[in-house]
Amino acid sequence: MSTKKIIATIDGNEAAAYVAYRVNEVCAIYPITPSSTMAELADEWSSKGVKNIWGHIPDVIEMQSEGGAAGTVHGALQTGSLTTTFTASQGLMLMLPNMYKIAGELTPAVFHVAARSLAAQGLSIFGDHQDVMAARTTGFAMLGAASVQEAHDFALIAQVATLRARIPIVHFFDGFRTSHEVNKLEMLRDEQIRAMMKDELVILHRSRALNPDHPFIRGTAQNPDVYFQGRETVNSYYNAMPGIMKEVMQEFEQLTGRHYDLFEYTGAPDATRIIIIMGSGSETVGETVKALNAAGEKTGVITVRLFRPFSLEHFIKAMPSSVQKIAVLDRTKESGASGEPMYQDVLSVLVEALQRGLITRLPNICGGRYGLSSKEFTPAMVKAVFDELKNEHPKNNFTVGINDDVTHTSLSYDPAYTLDESSWRQGLFFGLGADGTVGANKNTIKIIGENTDLYAQGYFVYDSKKSGARTVSHLRFGPQPIRAPYLISKADFIACHQFNFTEKVEMLEFASEGATFLLNSPYDKEEVWNKLSGQLQKLIIDKKIKFYLIDATTVARDNGMSGRINTIMQTCYFALSGVLPKEEAIAQIKKAIEKTYYKKGKKVIEQNFIAVDATLANLYEVNYPKKITAEDHALLTVSDQAPAFVKEVTALMMAGHGDELPVSKMTVDGTYPSGTTKWEKRNISDLVPVWEPDLCIQCGNCAYVCPHSVIRAKFYHEDYIQKAPDGFKSAPINARGFPETKYSLQVYLEDCTGCNLCVEVCPASDPANRSRKAINMGEKEPILEVEKRNIGIFENIPWNDRSKIDFSTVHGAQFLEPLFEFSGACAGCGETPYLKLLSQLFGDRLLVANATGCSSIYGGNLPTTPWAVNAAGRGPAWSNSLFEDNAEFGLGMRITADKQLDMARQYLTIMKEEVGAALADSILNATTVVESELNEQRDRVEQLKLKLAESKHADAPLLLSVADQLVRRSVWLVGGDGWAYDIGYGGLDHALASGRNINILVLDTEVYSNTGGQSSKSTPTAATAKFAAGGKSGGKKDLALQAISYGNVYVARVAFGANPQQTLLAMREAEAYDGPSLILAYSHCIAHGYDLKDGLSQQHKAVSSGHWPLLRYNPVLRKKNQNPFVLDSPRPDISLKDYAYNELRYKVLTLTNPTAAEELMKHAQQLVNLKWKTYEEMATKKASDFVPVA
Amino acid sequence: MKIKTSYMGLELNSPVVVSACTLSERTDNIVMMEDNGAGAVVLFSLFEEQIRKEEARFKTVVSETTYAFAEALDYFPDLEDYNVGTDDYMEQIRKAKERVNIPIIGSLNGITSEGWIDYSKMMEQAGADGIEVNIFFIPADITMSSSEVEHRYLNIITAIKQAVKIPVAVKLNPYFSATGNMAMRMQNAGADALVLFNRFYQPDFDINELVIRTDLQYSEAGEIRLPLLWIALLYGKMKLSLAATTGVQTATEVIKYILAGADVVMTASSLYKNGIPYLKTLNKELQDWMYMMGFDQLSAFRGSMSQQHVSDPTAYERSNYIRIMGGIS
Repeated sequence: MSTKKIIATIDGNEAAAYVAYRVNEVCAIYPITPSSTMAELADEWSSKGVKNIWGHIPDVIEMQSEGGAAGTVHGALQTGSLTTTFTASQGLMLMLPNMYKIAGELTPAVFHVAARSLAAQGLSIFGDHQDVMAARTTGFAMLGAASVQEAHDFALIAQVATLRARIPIVHFFDGFRTSHEVNKLEMLRDEQIRAMMKDELVILHRSRALNPDHPFIRGTAQNPDVYFQGRETVNSYYNAMPGIMKEVMQEFEQLTGRHYDLFEYTGAPDATRIIIIMGSGSETVGETVKALNAAGEKTGVITVRLFRPFSLEHFIKAMPSSVQKIAVLDRTKESGASGEPMYQDVLSVLVEALQRGLITRLPNICGGRYGLSSKEFTPAMVKAVFDELKNEHPKNNFTVGINDDVTHTSLSYDPAYTLDESSWRQGLFFGLGADGTVGANKNTIKIIGENTDLYAQGYFVYDSKKSGARTVSHLRFGPQPIRAPYLISKADFIACHQFNFTEKVEMLEFASEGATFLLNSPYDKEEVWNKLSGQLQKLIIDKKIKFYLIDATTVARDNGMSGRINTIMQTCYFALSGVLPKEEAIAQIKKAIEKTYYKKGKKVIEQNFIAVDATLANLYEVNYPKKITAEDHALLTVSDQAPAFVKEVTALMMAGHGDELPVSKMTVDGTYPSGTTKWEKRNISDLVPVWEPDLCIQCGNCAYVCPHSVIRAKFYHEDYIQKAPDGFKSAPINARGFPETKYSLQVYLEDCTGCNLCVEVCPASDPANRSRKAINMGEKEPILEVEKRNIGIFENIPWNDRSKIDFSTVHGAQFLEPLFEFSGACAGCGETPYLKLLSQLFGDRLLVANATGCSSIYGGNLPTTPWAVNAAGRGPAWSNSLFEDNAEFGLGMRITADKQLDMARQYLTIMKEEVGAALADSILNATTVVESELNEQRDRVEQLKLKLAESKHADAPLLLSVADQLVRRSVWLVGGDGWAYDIGYGGLDHALASGRNINILVLDTEVYSNTGGQSSKSTPTAATAKFAAGGKSGGKKDLALQAISYGNVYVARVAFGANPQQTLLAMREAEAYDGPSLILAYSHCIAHGYDLKDGLSQQHKAVSSGHWPLLRYNPVLRKKNQNPFVLDSPRPDISLKDYAYNELRYKVLTLTNPTAAEELMKHAQQLVNLKWKTYEEMATKKASDFVPVA
Repeated sequence: MKIKTSYMGLELNSPVVVSACTLSERTDNIVMMEDNGAGAVVLFSLFEEQIRKEEARFKTVVSETTYAFAEALDYFPDLEDYNVGTDDYMEQIRKAKERVNIPIIGSLNGITSEGWIDYSKMMEQAGADGIEVNIFFIPADITMSSSEVEHRYLNIITAIKQAVKIPVAVKLNPYFSATGNMAMRMQNAGADALVLFNRFYQPDFDINELVIRTDLQYSEAGEIRLPLLWIALLYGKMKLSLAATTGVQTATEVIKYILAGADVVMTASSLYKNGIPYLKTLNKELQDWMYMMGFDQLSAFRGSMSQQHVSDPTAYERSNYIRIMGGIS
């Protein structure tokens, strides 16, 4: 048996999952950030046949929700399986009911939680303890890990303890900060795990299982006579739990040498001031305590490991008797409580200890909050807390890390205070999400962490946009374990992987004096200085920066690695950083290349070696002139036209200074102004569409498909542009009878993501040069200023009168103002064109309930949001409740609209004489189906509101408060397939069955896109996805047919890229239908695995192959005794393969398992054929063959 | 009636060989080919650029979507885990070798020297009995001299022959200044067989849409004349094997090619048109003809109409051309 240490550099999720997988037999999960990786790894290992310590392959199942996962866990536990799950945040909330059951039945299990914020005034995917604190009442024990090593070790300790104690355990660690931090750790060997996991405990667990061979019942309903007593039966188990946990920790120490305790004190033995804390923040406090004590202070920290059951005895033993002041830091917020949970626990145990004589005096105890939603928690903040404890009456219920200028809870701190970081090498890397910077840095950590004695830490920060997203990698290396769960503020190495960041990102603010700055630059060492801004030049000079330059793009291209600058930049880091001596560093990188590419053969390895050598040959130091030669320019500007809130609040968030915003600048209830993306000019694409008026046939296709509403069209009288300067593009409108009318297509090029869809869809080209279309991608830089001016001219031309546009056609729809614009969605997104169309068609009376997912992120993630407002101040009112409840949430909106309409009509009837009978009658009897009718009604309601404002009638204010409802509201429930097919399916089904006038738009990407490609029940047969790595064998749920079965639901299946006209028609029919409607909208997605510029062509193929037949089911037709089922796409004329194998999600299986791929594809084709047959039959039936509409 | 033949050292039960085509993408088809009397099967072509393009395309997709967004750190499995594109080809060789006894010849269409060598080696390791090197190269660069073009061919052959031990056939095009001399030099470079000829991709224009049409037409019987000419000219002057391809629709073309001197005759078009069992018909009609003509084995008539053996060798040369043209005029 090898006793050699296994050293790895992995993140917290992998560290925990590695053990959890080995000590369980069943794993039921549902993906949720930031815990998804644990479940995905378990699934990957299971599909690869990795065995647990008993030699079995654990069964990993993805459920429809966390509620479902918890139920499955409960069932598997009750029948004797060792069962686990991984979750976070709202997921844990959905598990709560089952957790009470599991604990109440004394069932051993461990839930591994990457602790995360809860959705309150806003959703946050980031880390704090709000979720686990909400689970503290369930009866689960709670064990908190503070580091990657602990997440690994505690996964085992928890599993052993739960089996011994029969109390289930939530093992948690900080979301992102620990779950996503890569750190060097010592892995548990299987024999160590085996030694801890005693078979007899497993057998005991099985012996308590439900078994028809010796039956009993569990889960009875109990009455007042015995329930109470029954609840008290578990006390002895909870009393025993801390002792058992300590015992397990001691055994663990004997096996591994790593010491843990329930409450772990570090610091001065005679400390007078201590902090009590749990999770990763304890590492920061611990390191700060060392520094403070070294400076003569007497401080300490108690790290809470076992939070539930909270053991008074163990706590008192851990706390030095010298302590006079205590600050309890909670990473949570419990509004209205007298203090946060751990503060209250500490307070109560100390009072009890005093009463019992275990302590002689009560220290001064205060509580504070820190680090919500991964807010930084730094040594400076720790020092501020200790400093506060020096006061005679330290502030209670304080906050640290923010500026609370409203209720003044916050402690001030000196951001300049840092610990001694001299033994670390700290590097910051600024890259694009798509350029591989993070991947290369993870690789760097692995190389150094696993091949040298150095310790390594990596943490990666992503922005909230899905296109053009920036990443910042924080890498530390040092001779001792790195306990610094906070971002780098003083780096000795800064790399900028994208030259244009020099104008956008404040990078060298984080540079220490004499730091190395590596810039990927298209300019050579002579030219580059003058290409930098004045600010940057100043920082370089002031900080005596060693400035290096490489043209990584060219080096990569010249060495056959086109587009892969990450390897080049990584080599530069190895050469320059000084983490290792240069020769050793280069040797290490070459060794890593050999390891990575050994399967690819010698040539590939040699090619990479050549690239490494070429990198070194092309890496230059810049001898800069030590004087500033460029002018300062603002890093980020928001137009003067922007509203005050955008200037004062949003702009700071956009600039990366959101941390500096005080509480007073925040809205109190999560309400933010609409349409703020227009103020954020992201300029993420160098190539933009250029319109050719002479070739354009004004079809509107480009504007229709543009995912970011970057292309807009108007027609107008030529007088509007009489004074327009040269360069403003227009063409005579191509409709007859309008000689003085012009047409313009305006590209908002600063908002373009360069996806190319507009060019792909353009049907017009130059007969003399077929490659020149009516819209083509061109360089942005030369036309930027002219086009910015043109946008101003274009915006001064009013939008076309909606009542005069025939927007029943794609051509007409282009003239409707989009009220969904410039979102952060992926370049080429297949979802957003539907939302844009929705906003164009019904935007000024639109209510949107948006399920959590991609559409809620690009639709509602701060700093800027895309749902916009028209010139009249109207626009879509948008909200996101949760993931699972969106249908119900939207239904609630409808019910309000209906109820308030009833109320308004009632008041109006009462006030008929007051406001004028003619006006009242015209409002009450109005038909509001078409746009002109809606416009007239809106005018009437405005007249009414004016009269009401002046009226003295008692009901006037009440009618005024609901009068807007007299203009028909359009309620849309929007979300992805994860919501509609899985987690929200029950609600969606119920909402459809309600008969209410709701419109459901499912943006169907056939996979969980937002959380990274997990299988949903919409995932088609033969496609791969996470949790369907071997190809999905089951069929895709036919939500359309299910909805059709109700008879009174309008149903459509659309694909805008295949048939935009049908999409338009379906949306209008659905909205006009006075009842529930469901639109399933095919949405191409990066999770399908191809360049999205081909998205429209793939949509065509999806339809042509029969994978996505276009259809409409209109109950109105059934009422007219016509066949309500209309098949809108022709019989398939290509095979499913011809569509599917253009996409990596299908193709990947042909590479990993060709036999399975062939069989599944055959099966999938059969399903397509059968489905088509069914639809075809339905399309030819009589009306009476369908459910009648009441 | 024996129709056994030898092709670059491989013993074949029939001279009718299935040329590289998509029919061989399925193992069941290869079994059917053997059952219906195919002498050997040249597998569908492995196109290097296709593999590399696909690999690059997927790599780009994966790399651009990995570690780009906090909630979705990746969407796909790690492509480093497997060798995109080549695995299934090699697997097809292995599966075919498990299920049939006839020789399986890998067909390789490369672009880089590493591609030619690496993929040849992989084919050999997978169990291929031979390799057909399909040098599909149009020297569109007008600065490239004929000598450079010729060297390119020879270098590829030399490199592959150094890399593998199994026999190597070269499928070449007819457009050399000195085709016969090139054939000789290819033999000297190590080629074990020549396959005459490759059908170049020849684009057509759509005059209404003003676009290039890239569809590939099946070969027709009328196209056999060029390969027939060169097989007849080369037969007896070379040690290597000669394979005829293009225009084989019936046994007539098979017979003609053997009369010219072909060791094997390859077809795909006829199988697309008539189905794989048509191989049986080709063999039977060949045998029927041999019976009628009194030949008991192929060697009895192979090359009998070649330049060496015809009574009037000038029939293959310019004098024949003059005579024909004169006759027409």
